[in-house]
Amino acid sequence: MSGIVKLGMPKWGLSMTEGQLVRWLVEEGAELKPGDEVAEAESEKINGTVEAPAAGVLRRRVAREGEVIPVGGLLGVIADPAVPEGEIDSFIEEFQATFVPGEAGEEAGPEPQTVEVGGRSIRYLKHGEGEETAILLHGFGGDLNNWLFNQEVLADGRAVYALDFPGHGGSTKEVEGTLDELAGVVSGFMDALGIERAHLVGHSMGGAVAATLALARPERVASLVLIASAGLGPEINEEYIRGFIAAGRRKEMKSVLQLLFADPDLVTRQLVNDVLKYKRLDGVDEALKKLAGGIFPGGRQANVLTSRLTESEVPILVIWGDKDAILPPEHAAELSGRAPAEVLEGRGHMVQMEAAGEVNRLIEDFIGGLE
Amino acid sequence: MRRITFMQAINEALAQEMERDPTVVVFGEDNAGGAGAPGEDDAWGGVMGVTKGLYHSFPGRVLDTPISESAFIGAAAGAACSGLRPVAELMFVDFMGVCFDQIFNQAAKFRYMFGGKARTPMVIRTMYGAGIRAAGQHSQSLYPIFTHIPGLKVAIPSSPYDAKGLMIQAIRDDDPVIFFENKVLYAVEGEVPEESYTVPFGEANFVREGDDVTIVAIGRMVSFAEQAAEELAGDGIECEILDPRTTSPLDEESIYESVENTGRLVVVDESNPRCSLASDIAALVAQNCFEDLKAAPKMVTAPHTPPPFSPTLEDAYVPDPERIAAAAREVVEGAGARA
Amino acid sequence: MTTVDTARLREPSKEELLESYRVMRTIREFEDRLHVEFATGEIPGFVHLYAGEEAIAAGVCAHLNEDDYIASTHRGHGHCIAKGCDVKAMMKEIYGKKDGLCHGKGGSMHIADLDKGMLGANGIVGGGPPLVCGVGLSAKVRGTKQVGVAFTGDGGSNQGTFLESLNLAAVWNLPCVFVVENNGYAESTSTNFSTRGIDIAKRADGFGMPGVVVDGHDFFAVYEAAGEAIRRAREGGGPSLIECKVNRYYGHFEGDAQTYRAPNEVENIRRERDCLDMFARRVTDAGLIERSELEQIDEEVRALIDEAVEEAKAAPEPGQADLLSDVYVSY
Repeated sequence: MSGIVKLGMPKWGLSMTEGQLVRWLVEEGAELKPGDEVAEAESEKINGTVEAPAAGVLRRRVAREGEVIPVGGLLGVIADPAVPEGEIDSFIEEFQATFVPGEAGEEAGPEPQTVEVGGRSIRYLKHGEGEETAILLHGFGGDLNNWLFNQEVLADGRAVYALDFPGHGGSTKEVEGTLDELAGVVSGFMDALGIERAHLVGHSMGGAVAATLALARPERVASLVLIASAGLGPEINEEYIRGFIAAGRRKEMKSVLQLLFADPDLVTRQLVNDVLKYKRLDGVDEALKKLAGGIFPGGRQANVLTSRLTESEVPILVIWGDKDAILPPEHAAELSGRAPAEVLEGRGHMVQMEAAGEVNRLIEDFIGGLE
Repeated sequence: MRRITFMQAINEALAQEMERDPTVVVFGEDNAGGAGAPGEDDAWGGVMGVTKGLYHSFPGRVLDTPISESAFIGAAAGAACSGLRPVAELMFVDFMGVCFDQIFNQAAKFRYMFGGKARTPMVIRTMYGAGIRAAGQHSQSLYPIFTHIPGLKVAIPSSPYDAKGLMIQAIRDDDPVIFFENKVLYAVEGEVPEESYTVPFGEANFVREGDDVTIVAIGRMVSFAEQAAEELAGDGIECEILDPRTTSPLDEESIYESVENTGRLVVVDESNPRCSLASDIAALVAQNCFEDLKAAPKMVTAPHTPPPFSPTLEDAYVPDPERIAAAAREVVEGAGARA
Repeated sequence: MTTVDTARLREPSKEELLESYRVMRTIREFEDRLHVEFATGEIPGFVHLYAGEEAIAAGVCAHLNEDDYIASTHRGHGHCIAKGCDVKAMMKEIYGKKDGLCHGKGGSMHIADLDKGMLGANGIVGGGPPLVCGVGLSAKVRGTKQVGVAFTGDGGSNQGTFLESLNLAAVWNLPCVFVVENNGYAESTSTNFSTRGIDIAKRADGFGMPGVVVDGHDFFAVYEAAGEAIRRAREGGGPSLIECKVNRYYGHFEGDAQTYRAPNEVENIRRERDCLDMFARRVTDAGLIERSELEQIDEEVRALIDEAVEEAKAAPEPGQADLLSDVYVSY
């Protein structure tokens, strides 16, 4: 039954065992390119889009809207128009008869690890192996899970690390709160894991950290992918920073987190809970205040790196969502002439989650081209 | 993430707070267990072993007491007013009868009665609930009585994660907190961060989301409600389970938010039904969400009897997943439901 | 059990004596005036007056520092004054006013000032002794030299809390002193009925701590016994029990016709065993203090209490919002 491709329930994050198909975005018979958004699905933690894994026609919508499907379970079937109906039916029949949903934790993939960097414990997650290495750097208040939809995809043929900055996720919470400090953590992390040189993919504050390291140690940075990045202009939504620090309860936190997404429905109760759980760890409040005070003092960005980046030689790709409510999309043009800027329509600050497929392809094309 | 038991979570919370804050002390009957005896010093660590190991880690700050609840619960109140953050253990909540004055007339009243000038940062840890065949004087779920008293805060964790976070919050809180530990939950395992963290008081946990019926469950009843919800999901009934986590303060807002969506309420409460959390929450919902209700709220509680001894009787006494499922089914599709 | 030989022990300094006299006179004037004012109906609730027992509060608290703690009883005004609570704020509290020591939320039976180490008058008989065990534990764990003193009555001494606290304080070797003010009546019930024929101080033997009986009208007797007990507590020697035999001048509460008392019982005591008279006689006979110095204090105290009552009557009532404040810590 060649030419038949399963459209399966994706696995977003370690704990996901099943997801709900929220709605189909295309009709049966639709012509699909790889990466086209086919359906919306929802796990306990996050809402996302299911993308076409291959080109072809969506021959069957197997799962009903609202149905809960185990990870890897069948959502639909993509095939060439030439494949006869009977073959599609027997493909489905055989799949459903033999498919065994994984247990929680089964095929969970790699687990986060920790490494000592300058006396601090840094949590990281590694996907993939290869000659080239990429490191994913999250933004203010985020953690390595911000790359849930990206890391595994980018790890095809290369080693991709996502780390938690000090004061974040599962890393030590003590932090001074400067870009230089965080850039030092990244180079220290590379030292500790024997990484000579890496592509740095930074989101928001993580972008400014990546750029800071590229300027200080250009020999260690193969390229920069700056996603909705800090460091490209003085403006920042102070209300978001202040609100994120202040929010202690679900309701407050939800409205703060909704600023991150163009589609506010992407902020699930579970996502809010996860952020609150992080914020309630000892030391986090202090860390966030120090970082905000050091990097975004008085509601402005302390470090604008545009001119130095323009003069530098590191290859740069800029990606932004045009509905970004945290860092102005106009900043994407600050390196024009120096670096390509991709501004994705209808996406917010968390563009790597909201338009994961597109962002993944842009990064792949850019890094792959350099490699 | 690392998994530890409910009991280990409480022990770790105590240890981390004692480490962080030298004014935190722990005392109660057998909290070391063996102090002054010819054998081991830390022989018991509390009658169930919850405080085991703290005695040697924190010399002079883990104390055995005589069997004198009036004196040492009152001492906790006095110590709280004079610079300590005591965690006193009232072994079984049933024993409140011999020291209630110290809790509700002394500790609970100081802040208000003294014009806001007193702080009484104390925690009383206490076991509750049926299930170990201990009968009428060791099995009650008396949290409604404490919830009734202004000035007291009441925490009832249902999971190891909440047990640790609520305990740390309780210790850091400047009001007296009664911390209810269901003895049957001690061995339950769950994911618990190694770092210190708090779970705030007055924020219900949405344990499960669903659109058909809201089940508010407390303590051990949360896992029973989850089992019921699992069964009902098979029949297409989606339950939303809320665990208030603290009954004082009570997160009324989240309960209303959920009922506004589902239009149906089942409250599961291990305590006796009169003047219970179940009756309180059902009344609040009836008063505040009347327009949203598609069926009369239902309460699933123990009967209005003391906890019995006979295993057969005790099993019938405690609400179980079947009764919860039946109640949920009834409010969704039974005679009580209106279209 | 030991008895204290007052003649053998050091006398307090002149300044200390004047201060203790001022304390006793302030208590007396405060309580006498409340007796008068209560009868006008202007004071809400009920009050229990300490008049006649002043030597105990003054004699014990003379040895305490501001960071030492006391727990008191329903008959608590004297303890408050002796521990340094603001007299005018106390008066406002008794009148239920917003600027009262507890913002009008406690009243006579619950006056407290934690900043002065006063853990509160206590409406529950026997409520204080366990609290003071906590104070002792706190001092011990934190390694301070603080001491806790629990005042209780002959009635309170029959509560389980009192007996449990003696044991706990002994077992934990706490820096605590338990002072029983035995004024002969638990409300209207005579101590002769409610305790069988022995001194309450003798109960100390059963808990392995020193216990003494002193004349509660005699400032010097109380002063010496308390000095010894408090010194022992401060030095790590553990708890003590002091029974002060004394009489109250007024009823259990104001309005009590006291028909259970013997005719002339109070008059005789006032004439023969009044603590202020005894104190004045002793210090003037010994040539330590001039009569005129005491009279000057009397004058000053009278003026203070006049002002306190006047200000309390004129002070603002609490607002409706005060009903709902101070019940939980806000966060």
